[in-house]
Amino acid sequence: MTHAQEHISHTKLIWKVFAILSVITIAEVALGITKPASLHLTKILGTSPLNIIFLVLTLVKAYYITWFFMHMADEKKSLRRAVVWTAVFLIIYLATLLLIEGSYINDVLSPLTKWNY
Amino acid sequence: MEVTIPTENKGASWDGGNNNPLGASYGKMMMWFFILSDALTFSGFLGAYGLMRFKFHDSWPIADEVFTHFPFLHGVHAPMYYVALMTFILIFSSVTMVLAVDAGHQMNKKKVTFYMLLTIVGGAIFLGSQAWEWKNFINGSYGAVQLNDGKIIQFVDATGEQITLESFVKPLPSERTQHTANKGIWFRKEAELSPFSLNEVVESFKANPGISIRTEQINPELKSKTIVPHNEALAYLLEGKAVVKGANLQVNEYGKTLFANFFFFITGFHGFHVLSGVIINIIIFFNVIIGTYERRGHYEMVEKVGLYWHFVDLVWVFVFTFFYLI
Repeated sequence: MTHAQEHISHTKLIWKVFAILSVITIAEVALGITKPASLHLTKILGTSPLNIIFLVLTLVKAYYITWFFMHMADEKKSLRRAVVWTAVFLIIYLATLLLIEGSYINDVLSPLTKWNY
Repeated sequence: MEVTIPTENKGASWDGGNNNPLGASYGKMMMWFFILSDALTFSGFLGAYGLMRFKFHDSWPIADEVFTHFPFLHGVHAPMYYVALMTFILIFSSVTMVLAVDAGHQMNKKKVTFYMLLTIVGGAIFLGSQAWEWKNFINGSYGAVQLNDGKIIQFVDATGEQITLESFVKPLPSERTQHTANKGIWFRKEAELSPFSLNEVVESFKANPGISIRTEQINPELKSKTIVPHNEALAYLLEGKAVVKGANLQVNEYGKTLFANFFFFITGFHGFHVLSGVIINIIIFFNVIIGTYERRGHYEMVEKVGLYWHFVDLVWVFVFTFFYLI
């Protein structure tokens, strides 16, 4: 096992990652509260640009937590790929099928929904 | 049939040989694979939520209008601030956890103890916040009317802002006793009566020409709920079934009951993870204090429980995005 003297402290890196995560969260909350019309009410790639920004920022946060808080960066490449690639592939697969199905159900259902009485 | 039997290490465990698959100890690798499977479980739940949201994307509740409370700010419309605070609490407890792991690498027992304690406190504060969030959601804020087909009708003033039932409904002289086990059929119970009867709401609505209703339907151009003018609104209210206050698994004043179901289930499942994380952290904390890992020569156990704790934080990042932001 490693000895105390051999191990350098990562405290500086930890606080840096905390700062990055905080800034991203503050940006998300600020955007979520103000909801600028140019980002919220326009459409790009089937959704609003605001939603895309939220998704990308979330993935960035997930990357920092996994790589630097969970020390995935220090693991062997084989372990990293076994865990990360499996999760990323299966989740994308599941989400794609479910969301396509969801919007199909909406296409069928929404013309039949009554909104006036 | 012949079977190949491993003879080299005679069924000994991971420690039996010098091989270390994937360069990780047995416990750490298994923690990673547990986290992987748990991540897929959460993806299943969030995926189901996404399916239902796509299905009802033209009538789903708008999160900013649902979670608007902040402690000590009564009646102030404060969307998102509280959940942002919760996110910070959880991220910060992740930071103290990783600082504990870092101190463990340096065999610094005092620092590990201190940072583990901070992590436990952070987790407990998060759990308390979660309970408060649930309390507000269950008690509701405005009140609404549920129609015969299950749709929810909310009340708005002339400016289109939501108003509470209390602000315009006048009680009528009537008698309605709650059905309890000792006041009727002993094996039947009745859900708690809403503060107003449907008739009172309809009559007060007629008497207030300044107010109107809005349906769950979302106007796609403005991404806001559709407001029905006062003179057309009565036809909706005559379809009314019940007066609703708050949210539970049967009915939800904010809109789709499914929203409440998913909210309770997914944040509940996450909260259960936080709870078990806090309990495991407490166990490890006492092990640190009595010097178990000092004697063992390494603090890998802190690292493993740290992995779980960070995973809980990671899940919250996604729950936060899908329930509150998008």
